[in-house]
Amino acid sequence: MMLLIFSASPLQAQGGGDPAFTALVGQLKDGDFNDKARTISDLEASNDERAITVFKTLLAGSLYYRKDDGRVVSVKEGGDAYQLFDVLSGESLGEAGRRDVKKISINNYLRGQLRGVIARLSLSHKNTAVRLNAVKEIVKDIDADTAALLREAMSAETDEAVLEAMRVGVALMDVNSADKSTRLAAIENLGGSLLPEARLRLDALVVQDANKEYAEADADIRRAAAQALSHIESRRQIYGFLETVFFGLSLGSVLLLAAIGLAITFGVMGVINMAHGELMMLGAYTTYVVQLLMPNHIEYSLLVAVPAAFLVAGIVGIGIERGVIRFLYGRPLETLLATFGISLILQQLVRSIFSPLNRLVETPAWMSGALEINSAFALTYNRLYVIVFSLLVFAALLLILKKTALGLQVRAVSQNRAMAKAMGIRTSWVDALTFGLGSGIAGVAGVALSQLTNVGPNLGQAYIIDSFMVVVFGGVGNLWGTLVGAMSLGVVNKFLEPWSGAVLAKILVLVFIILFIQKRPRGLFPQKGRAAEG
Amino acid sequence: MNMKKSISTWRCIAGAAALGMASQWAHAEDTIKVGILHSLSGTMAISETTLKDTMLMLIEEQNKKGGLLGKKLEPVVVDPASNWPLFAEKTRELISKDKVAAIFGCWTSVSRKSVLPVVEELNGLLFYPVQYEGEESSKNVFYTGAAPNQQAIPAVDYLMKDVGAKRWVLAGTDYVYPRTTNKILEAYLKAKGVKSEDIMINYTPFGHSDWQSIVSDIKKFGSQGKKTAVVSTINGDANVPFYKELANQGISAADIPVVAFSVGEEELSGIDTKPLVGHLAAWNYFMSVDAKENDAFIKQWHAFTKNSKRVSNDPMEAHYIGFNMWVKAVEKAGTTDTDAVAKAMIGVKVPNLTGGTSEMYSNHHISKPVLIGEIQSDGQFEVVWETDKLVIGDAWSDFLPGSKDIVADWTPPINCGNYNSKTKKCSGQNF
Repeated sequence: MMLLIFSASPLQAQGGGDPAFTALVGQLKDGDFNDKARTISDLEASNDERAITVFKTLLAGSLYYRKDDGRVVSVKEGGDAYQLFDVLSGESLGEAGRRDVKKISINNYLRGQLRGVIARLSLSHKNTAVRLNAVKEIVKDIDADTAALLREAMSAETDEAVLEAMRVGVALMDVNSADKSTRLAAIENLGGSLLPEARLRLDALVVQDANKEYAEADADIRRAAAQALSHIESRRQIYGFLETVFFGLSLGSVLLLAAIGLAITFGVMGVINMAHGELMMLGAYTTYVVQLLMPNHIEYSLLVAVPAAFLVAGIVGIGIERGVIRFLYGRPLETLLATFGISLILQQLVRSIFSPLNRLVETPAWMSGALEINSAFALTYNRLYVIVFSLLVFAALLLILKKTALGLQVRAVSQNRAMAKAMGIRTSWVDALTFGLGSGIAGVAGVALSQLTNVGPNLGQAYIIDSFMVVVFGGVGNLWGTLVGAMSLGVVNKFLEPWSGAVLAKILVLVFIILFIQKRPRGLFPQKGRAAEG
Repeated sequence: MNMKKSISTWRCIAGAAALGMASQWAHAEDTIKVGILHSLSGTMAISETTLKDTMLMLIEEQNKKGGLLGKKLEPVVVDPASNWPLFAEKTRELISKDKVAAIFGCWTSVSRKSVLPVVEELNGLLFYPVQYEGEESSKNVFYTGAAPNQQAIPAVDYLMKDVGAKRWVLAGTDYVYPRTTNKILEAYLKAKGVKSEDIMINYTPFGHSDWQSIVSDIKKFGSQGKKTAVVSTINGDANVPFYKELANQGISAADIPVVAFSVGEEELSGIDTKPLVGHLAAWNYFMSVDAKENDAFIKQWHAFTKNSKRVSNDPMEAHYIGFNMWVKAVEKAGTTDTDAVAKAMIGVKVPNLTGGTSEMYSNHHISKPVLIGEIQSDGQFEVVWETDKLVIGDAWSDFLPGSKDIVADWTPPINCGNYNSKTKKCSGQNF
C-alpha cells in the first residue's frame, strides 16, 4: 500500500482540484480523535503528494477551519487577526477574527501518528537532515511494512549517515528472519548502534525465562547477541560517564557565573553582599525588557541583553555602594543586615513593577535543542553556550584585573589601602567601580540564568547560598579558586546525584564543604603574603 | 506594555483597598467581614496574589447584588508573606481582632496545617481552594480544591487506559503533598498490577533548577521498550527548568507524556510553551472550557483586572465555588455564626464553571468533574478526557493501609473528621 507513494506521478500533484482529496481534508475537522486518526490514514493512502503539507500544518497546530463555511485553512497568527491561507495552494484567503475560525485539535496519539506518516513520506526528501530524522522516526516503531520502505529507500540513498541509520532499522527486523547468516549480520549491525531499540532487540535474544530456558534456540545467535550487547554496554558506560561530566561542568558553570561577581565584591573587597542574587535577578529582568523592546529580533536579543544587563546591574550596584555600603566598611554584621534589607526591597520592587508572576523570556532558536553526538550522548545547546559564556566572562574579568589600570588600582587598594591612598589612588572611587564591576557581572550572569530557569522575583534567592559557598570553598580573593571551586562542586554534585538523589547530594556537598573549611579555613587557594593579614 | 498594565492593575487594587477602608469608616457596624489570607510577598506570592484578586472581585460582585443578609461585605486583606508561622498569627488576628465571618486562604499544605489549630481553637471558618493530599477533615475547614481521588487517581487511570502507560515515573518536590500523593499513587499502581521495578520515584528540593541528570535518568528509564509516563507533583518554580530540560533533551509528549498536578494556566504564562505541546495536566477546571458560566467569569475577571490577557485557573474556580457556597449557607442559616453556617454548608449546591453543579458533602469536600488537558502552543489546555459525572472528594484515601477504614462525616451521629468505621471510634484529634 505504502509503496505506491513512490509511484505517484508528479502530474497528479498538479492536477489541482481533486474532489475526493479535498473532501478528505475537509473531514479532518469532524468527529473525535479516532475519526481523525482514520482520516489521516485515508489521506496517506490517497497517495496525493499534497497530503504531507496538510500533515505538517496539522502537526504544527496551524490547521483551522472557518466557522461559517467549514473550509479547512492554514492560519498564520499576526496581532489580533489571523491570516488565512489555502492549505494546499498557499494562496491568501484574507484575514479573519480569532473567533471566526476554530483550530483542528490533535492529541498525543495523533501527533505520534502524524510524525510517523510524515517520516514515511519524507524518505526521499532532498535534504539529508530531513531524511535522517525521518529514518530515526521510522526506526522507533518499525514493522515489516516500514522495513520494506527502508530497503526500497536504501537503494537510492547516497549519504553514509542516513544509510547507516537505515541499516540499523532493517537489521532490527532482520534479527528475526529465517536465515541464520542474515540474522548474524543483523546482530553485528545492531552491535554498532547505540539506539535503545537495538539493545532491547538484542536483550530479547539472550533472556532466560523462569525455567532457565532461552527464548532463542540457536546458541550461535545467542553468543553473537551477548557479544554485541557487551560491546554496546561498554560504550554506553563511557558515554554515560562523559554525560555526567558534562552535566557537572554545566552545573559548575552556572555556579561560576553566580559566584564570580561575588568573588570581586566579597573576595576582593570583603563586602558581604546579600543582595548579590537580586543583582542577578535584575540582569534577568533586563533580558526580559530587551526582548519586549525587540520582539522581532529574539535571535539577537541576548547579544543586546548582555551589555544592557551589565550596565543596569552595575549602576544599581554603584548606587548601593555609594548609598549604603560605604558608610559600613569594616562593620561586616551591619553590612550583612543592610544588604539583606536591600535584597528584600529589590524583590518587592520587581514584584510591584512586573507583578509577582514569572516573566516569559524566550529562548532563541540557536540555544534550543541538543547537539546529538550519538543516540546515547547529546549535549544540550543552552548548557553548552552557558559553559562557554561563563569561561569567557571569567577570562574577561581576569584580563581586567591583571592588564588594566583599574585592575591594578583594585588590587592595590585591596592589598594595602593606606599605601594605595598615599600613591594618589582615589580609593573611594575605586571602591565604587569595583563594586559596580562585581554587580555588573552578576547582571550578566542573570542573562545566562534567564535561559535556564524562571525569571521571577525569587530568582536571586536560589543562588545566593551557592555563590557564597563557591567563593569560600575556592578561597576568598582568588579568582582561579572560584573557577576550580565551582567546577569541582558541580562535578561532585552530579556524580553524587544519581547515587543519592538530588536532595541528599546537596546536603552531602554542604557537609563536605563544612568539613573542608574546618581543615583549611582559607579555602582551596588561600591568599598568601601581606594581603592575607588584611 | 505588560509592565504598564500591571502597574495600572496595582493602582486599581490600591484604589479598591482605599475604597474598602473608606467604607469601613462610614459604616463599621453594618458590614460582614471576610478574611483573605493569601501571601502577597515571598515565594508563594506568585500563585497567591491572583487568589486575593479573585476574592476581591467576588466580594465586589456580591456587594453590587446587595451584599449579604442586607449588609455589605467587607474584605480584610492580610499578608502572611509566605511564612508558615505567620499564617497562624494572621489567622488569630483575623478571627479575634477583626472578627471575620469566614477566611478564604492558604495555598501550600504546610500553611494550612499551621492555620488549622488556630481556626479550631477560635472556632473560625476556613475555605481552602487548592488541590491537596487529603488525609484531613476538620470541622472548621471546607476543602474546595481537589482531593487525590479527584485529580491524581483519574489522571493515572487515563494514562493507563487511554495512553497505555506501563512504566511510571513519580517525580515530585520534597514536601508533604507530593510525598503523600506519591504514596497513594504507588499503592494504587501496585494494586493495579504494576511491578515495583516499573515505578521510579524521585524527589527534588524546592526551586530545583538543574534537571539534567534527572531528565536523563527519565529518558533512560523510558527507553526500555514499555510506554512510560511521568506523573509530576513538582511544585511551582521548579517546573520551568524541568520542562525546558525535557524539551532540550528531545523528550516529546508523544514519547514520554508528563501529567502535572501543579501546572495550570498561570504557571504556563511564564513559559515558552511551544516545546511543551501535548504534555498533560489534570484539574477540575480549565480556562478553555466551553461553558457560559466560564465565559461570564472570564469576562468579569478581565474587567476587574483591566487586563484582557489575564488567565484564570483551577484554584480561582475553587474560590468561586467556595465563596458562592458560603453566601448560600449564610443566607440559609440567616446568620454568620460559625456553627450554624458550618451546618448549613453541608448539602449546599452551586454551579461550577464547567457547566455542572457542585455540592458540599458531609466530609467537607465537594463534588467536581475531573478533566485532563493537553498543553497547547498558546499556553491553554485542550480537554482530551473528562469523567462522565462529578467525583465526590474523598478525605481519606482508600489506597493507604492506615486510612482505608477511616471516614469523615460532620453530620450526626458520627460528627467526626477521623472516624474509624471498623473500631467505631472517633480519633481524639480533629485533623
